Amino acid sequence: MDRATFETRLFGVLRWVVIAVLIVVTLFPFYYMVLLSVRPIEQVLQDPGGIWAGPAEWTFSTYREVLTSVDDGGQGFLRLLGNTTLVAVSATLLTLLVALPGSYAVSRLQFVGRRQVHFLFLAVYLFPAILLAIPLFTVFTRLGLRGSLGGLIIVYIAQTIPVSVYMLRNYLSTIPVSLEEAAAVDGYTRLQTLRKVILPLAAPAVMANALYVFMIAWNEYLFALLFLVENRPNWTVSLGLAQLAGGIEVSKTVLMAGSVVLTLPIVIIFFATERLLTEGLTAGADKG
Amino acid sequence: MVATRETRPAAPERRRRPARPLTRRQRENRAGLAYLSPTFIVVLVVVVVPILWTIMLAFQRIRLINIRRAGLFGEYTLHNFEYVFSSPGFWSSLWTTLLYTIGGTALSIIFGLVAALALRTRFPGRTFVRASVLLPYVAPVVAVTFVWEIMLSPQFGVANDWGGRFLGWDRPIAFLSQREYHLWGVDIPLALITVIAFEAWRYFPFAFLFILARLQAVPKDLEEAAIVDGAAPTQLFRHILLPQLGAVIALLSVLRFIMTFNKFDDVWLLTGGGAGTQVVSVRVYDFLTSRLDIGAAAAQGLVLAAGLVILLLVYLRFFAPRLEGES
Repeated sequence: MDRATFETRLFGVLRWVVIAVLIVVTLFPFYYMVLLSVRPIEQVLQDPGGIWAGPAEWTFSTYREVLTSVDDGGQGFLRLLGNTTLVAVSATLLTLLVALPGSYAVSRLQFVGRRQVHFLFLAVYLFPAILLAIPLFTVFTRLGLRGSLGGLIIVYIAQTIPVSVYMLRNYLSTIPVSLEEAAAVDGYTRLQTLRKVILPLAAPAVMANALYVFMIAWNEYLFALLFLVENRPNWTVSLGLAQLAGGIEVSKTVLMAGSVVLTLPIVIIFFATERLLTEGLTAGADKG
Repeated sequence: MVATRETRPAAPERRRRPARPLTRRQRENRAGLAYLSPTFIVVLVVVVVPILWTIMLAFQRIRLINIRRAGLFGEYTLHNFEYVFSSPGFWSSLWTTLLYTIGGTALSIIFGLVAALALRTRFPGRTFVRASVLLPYVAPVVAVTFVWEIMLSPQFGVANDWGGRFLGWDRPIAFLSQREYHLWGVDIPLALITVIAFEAWRYFPFAFLFILARLQAVPKDLEEAAIVDGAAPTQLFRHILLPQLGAVIALLSVLRFIMTFNKFDDVWLLTGGGAGTQVVSVRVYDFLTSRLDIGAAAAQGLVLAAGLVILLLVYLRFFAPRLEGES
């Protein structure tokens, strides 16, 4: 057997091993999260290694505790879910509203400072988020924005906009300029062209981008911690969950139920739109 | 104005000056600035100004109590930097950050590469596997750190239970709270390695995504020709695929390096910065929240950013294989 045949066979087998390992490594933690959230805590302590629980064992009291409102003795995650949704949806819409014209300008229009734009964006990533937090904390305190969801939304917009502009720009530059010229000949103004010609054509990229921003905003923790921690009614789910973990009397299974509540919406959205998202995120990356 | 560009596609960007009527160019200039201005303002107000402010704070003696009195014309001093450089644990924390960043970046790219190669060709269920592989990256950080914490817990974690049952560990291992672990005669920084492993787990999908996209754009005939010539898979990888992947791997290295270097929440949520995992961003947070020392926190953060810039410059100067031809 020559080297090529031998290797082809070897890697043919290894490939399946890798795929199997990948599935286990990526999915097991999520499976374990769900499993623990429905196993009674006594059982978990008795048999920590068990990775199977029949429906007979299942308990949903953990979810009841997590979801019922604080007034009724629960953890009030329903309200937190509402807060998080509000923040994530507003951040997404506003980011797009700002990033679309911005990316159009960067991809199509010649203007003073066009080439310097990415230095501005680089600043967002070169400095640790915690550094921005110090002055923002002070300013928001003075403006009375600290503790409000509005302040958080503004921060999320700033955090996601560089990537949004970059992603959209990559996509916009694949749209033929002749379409815009045709629109201009038809008497469209630039804004009309953007809205009626470019936007529909860029819809896949816009959707992918929207999902990206939504996920970042939904998952974010640091700024939520810094700005909202003193204002419990405005907590996001991530923050609520982290604060819950700090409490002593909360059992680990309740914590896992909270994790499931936090993760599930993202996972559903992700699986529903996976193709769109992966293609949008890497658009342009394959050009090398 | 767009038409001029179309008719002479091969000409470099500089050419546009003489041919274009001034008014039109001005109009385009104005439109460009107007369209970009919302983006610009948001980034300016929420990112650039705070950064400049932080730089000022770093040179003043300010604690949270007297921040209201802090102004442009405060007393400038290097005291904070002296304090930061001489405070115990600064250098070790910088070293930890470096190990964490290099380890996390390298491992996530290697795993991403392996995963992309394995999932490259079609098989039944590929879409599902590809989506699952991305899960660690899209899931909320708070939730996944908690699962890891519980899985690795010495009291009721599945890892230690199985380790004791199947691998014969005589004592449970505290993965996240033990600084050193004695293994085969050497001490390994256990908690740090665990945190790096988490980083690799959570971010290999990011590398996977980009490498897979690039792999799918590799021209088929190149590979087919090599196969006809009898090239083995390793040769194929070394001489056909790897050269094609060079640019995307270089880009990923820079991106992941920057992101990991500044990472806060992963380490904070897993270990709280204890057991030898205090990376600089966690240290900044500690300065800020437990000592309420804004000046020192800002100085510490600036040192972190400066370190990153230096490392990036060194990389771009000496190691970068021509990063991105465009723009």
